[in-house]
Amino acid sequence: MTLLTVDRLGARHGLLQAVREVSFELAEGETVALIGANGAGKTTLLRTVAGAHPPSGGALRYDGADLAGTAAHQRVRRGIALVPEGRRLFPEMTVEENLRVAGHRGRPGRWTLETVLAAFPALRPLRGRLAATLSGGEQQATAIARALMTNPRLLLIDEVSLGLSPRAVDQVYASVTALREHGACLLLVEQDLARALSVADRVICMLEGRVVLDAPAAGLTRDEVVTAYFGGLARRP
Amino acid sequence: MTWVNAIVQGIFLGGLYALFACGLSLIFGVMRIINLAHGDLAVLGAFLVWSLTERLGISPLLAVLPALPVMLAVGYLLHRTVLARSLRGGPLTPLLTTFGLAVVIQNGLLQVYSPDVRSLGGPAGGVATGSWRITSQLSASYLGVLILAVAVLVLGGLQLVLRRTAFGREMRATAQDPDTAALVGVPAQSVYARATAIAVATATLAGVFLAIRSTFDASSGPTQLIFAFEAVVIGGLGSLWGTLWGGIVLGVAQTLGAMIDPQYSILAGHLVFLAVLAGPRGRSFLARPLRARRQRLT
Repeated sequence: MTLLTVDRLGARHGLLQAVREVSFELAEGETVALIGANGAGKTTLLRTVAGAHPPSGGALRYDGADLAGTAAHQRVRRGIALVPEGRRLFPEMTVEENLRVAGHRGRPGRWTLETVLAAFPALRPLRGRLAATLSGGEQQATAIARALMTNPRLLLIDEVSLGLSPRAVDQVYASVTALREHGACLLLVEQDLARALSVADRVICMLEGRVVLDAPAAGLTRDEVVTAYFGGLARRP
Repeated sequence: MTWVNAIVQGIFLGGLYALFACGLSLIFGVMRIINLAHGDLAVLGAFLVWSLTERLGISPLLAVLPALPVMLAVGYLLHRTVLARSLRGGPLTPLLTTFGLAVVIQNGLLQVYSPDVRSLGGPAGGVATGSWRITSQLSASYLGVLILAVAVLVLGGLQLVLRRTAFGREMRATAQDPDTAALVGVPAQSVYARATAIAVATATLAGVFLAIRSTFDASSGPTQLIFAFEAVVIGGLGSLWGTLWGGIVLGVAQTLGAMIDPQYSILAGHLVFLAVLAGPRGRSFLARPLRARRQRLT
């Protein structure tokens, strides 16, 4: 069943059109990797879906209803959660407080402080630490755990592995896999192509604000993705 | 011994300043607005209590009880109708808006209550005049002790709410990063409205205590705003215990200044404030808005 329909969505930063007429659909339980070069519009697309950035055109339909006019905090209540770029934890709050503040207004469901800590055992000893004092991997795990506290049906993760050590990336992906098993729909931005192809059911590639590739991950070759990623070098003068 | 007495009286006076500063500190901490109407809202609360005292013939300390919920509602509506809109206009608009609000409140009060100087000291009876005599040169007035106790309770209670409750966590999260708070389901505007309501209610408490302790009229607000602002800066931003401490430092500076010569009272307070502003804490205060101006693309 279709959970999210993105229909000719546009978004701009002032004069810069960051997202241009982007259309795709996400089905329930699906994992989709969003790839593309820096500045391709991935972060803006995710933020627009989450309601943190205003669209300049097009429409978003989620669970059968139009999202226009639904504020970011109301979308959380309906099951859309974003793990923002740069993690954006509340720096002067402890890990546990970061999780609790998200659990308070989210959708009711199976994820509570206890179940989230059980899914992220590495966070248990860090509960009382201030978020600002965590390492990059710990912060990313906390950010994903925080998003889980809202019991999302659609989880958007921006830059899953940016700035993390290979071991931290493994840990984060282990938790992402745990998520998929519980039926959440995942849309994640990933710079590591091999990772993206191995984790995702489908790959969407953006270039200069447009979708240039939308295909099942299984049949894709690395060359096809690279061509889409760089926009077909042959076309450039 | 007179110096000890001056310090003790300064601590009591500091309780009043801390109570004034509490709401200012809260609004600045959560919303990054300097509410220039804060002193006038306090005076508005004092006039409301004055009216209740006159009509019902009860002590102002009792009249505060029905006045507080009214002022909570005033604060809530103030945010919903005025501040929320002005926040959308960038950092300078709320400053201008609250300045305008201060003028409106002052002139409204002047229109309704005339420029007469009033006091709630009389209706308050023995509380306003009585004191404990500890030695021949050291005394503690009932009112001073009461104000200090209320200040400690209000500031300490708020600090506890911020640390321990779900509402407090939402307020701190919104203060630290309103965009991200929205992404975990916290409606910033509702948090702001409740913070404004609490701030106006605490301002009312401070206004009433000022009115019992000395006199007030329609134009008493701005002076109290200055003292409150000084207390906030001396105590450090973002900490309510710091605000209590800042109020006490300001109060003690004023009474010690008055010991040297009564005309140095207010000046001594200003000098402590300027010294703090010139120090490292003052520099971080001035640099704070710059850090908030991070912009993200793509």
